[in-house]
Amino acid sequence: MNNIPLIHFLILAAALFSIGFAIVVTKRHFIGMLLGIELMLNAVNINLVAFSRHDPEMISGQLFALFVIVVAAAEVTVALAIILRVYGQFNTVEPDEVSEMKQ
Amino acid sequence: MELIAFYGFALLAVIPALFILFTKNLIYAAFALFITFLGVAAIYVLAGADFLAVTQIMVYVGGILVLLIFGIMITQKSVKNVDSSTSNQVLVLSSRRIPAFILATVLFLFFTYLILGANFAIVGDVMTSKSTIRTIGVALMTTHLLPFEIAGILLLVALVGATYLAMNRNSTHE
Repeated sequence: MNNIPLIHFLILAAALFSIGFAIVVTKRHFIGMLLGIELMLNAVNINLVAFSRHDPEMISGQLFALFVIVVAAAEVTVALAIILRVYGQFNTVEPDEVSEMKQ
Repeated sequence: MELIAFYGFALLAVIPALFILFTKNLIYAAFALFITFLGVAAIYVLAGADFLAVTQIMVYVGGILVLLIFGIMITQKSVKNVDSSTSNQVLVLSSRRIPAFILATVLFLFFTYLILGANFAIVGDVMTSKSTIRTIGVALMTTHLLPFEIAGILLLVALVGATYLAMNRNSTHE
């Protein structure tokens, strides 16, 4: 087990992060942007897990990735609640159309 | 053999991610994200993080993705004169495509340059193939107890805050 070089994990994480970034920039839908953010968080987690392979006594990287997953779950819940409020207020989910601070 | 499995799962993660980028239908995008999460979980297993892989499947696939699909369906605009012979599609336009692709490609090339140029001095031994659950459990209850408790508080606060935010306050006036 574990004869995969570290660099493979890092390149894969870089590719997923770049794709997630492109999704966040291009999608004109709040939830589409959330999908991209989730992808970027996953890419970061791959990096943490790949480095924690070389730390078998205290797997700090895996523990950190665990907390990243917890924070991602909390973040998605609050973001969805905010999106629902914005949808109720403006009746749209396009980021470009939500440009007023007060109605 | 392991390398072939790694490449297979890496493709399983990257191809649906590209599909999310190019598809117009948001429901398809959410289900492609499901496949990406499964691929990432398999990558975790190959990296020796079995507990994290199961957590990934349970939290992301079982929780976050269901929540996202709920959100997509709630915020869908009702289309007038619906043709009942076709399926309801949640179509999303995309804008700023060219600059985004250029930026993402430059970002990827920059990361690749950094990774290939970095000469990581790795001192520890590579993990042997044993379960990590015992190590994680002991660490969470001893050295990482404070972050563990803070994560619990954070989840509680997020739950209460999200419920308060999502309450329908408009219906009381009207």
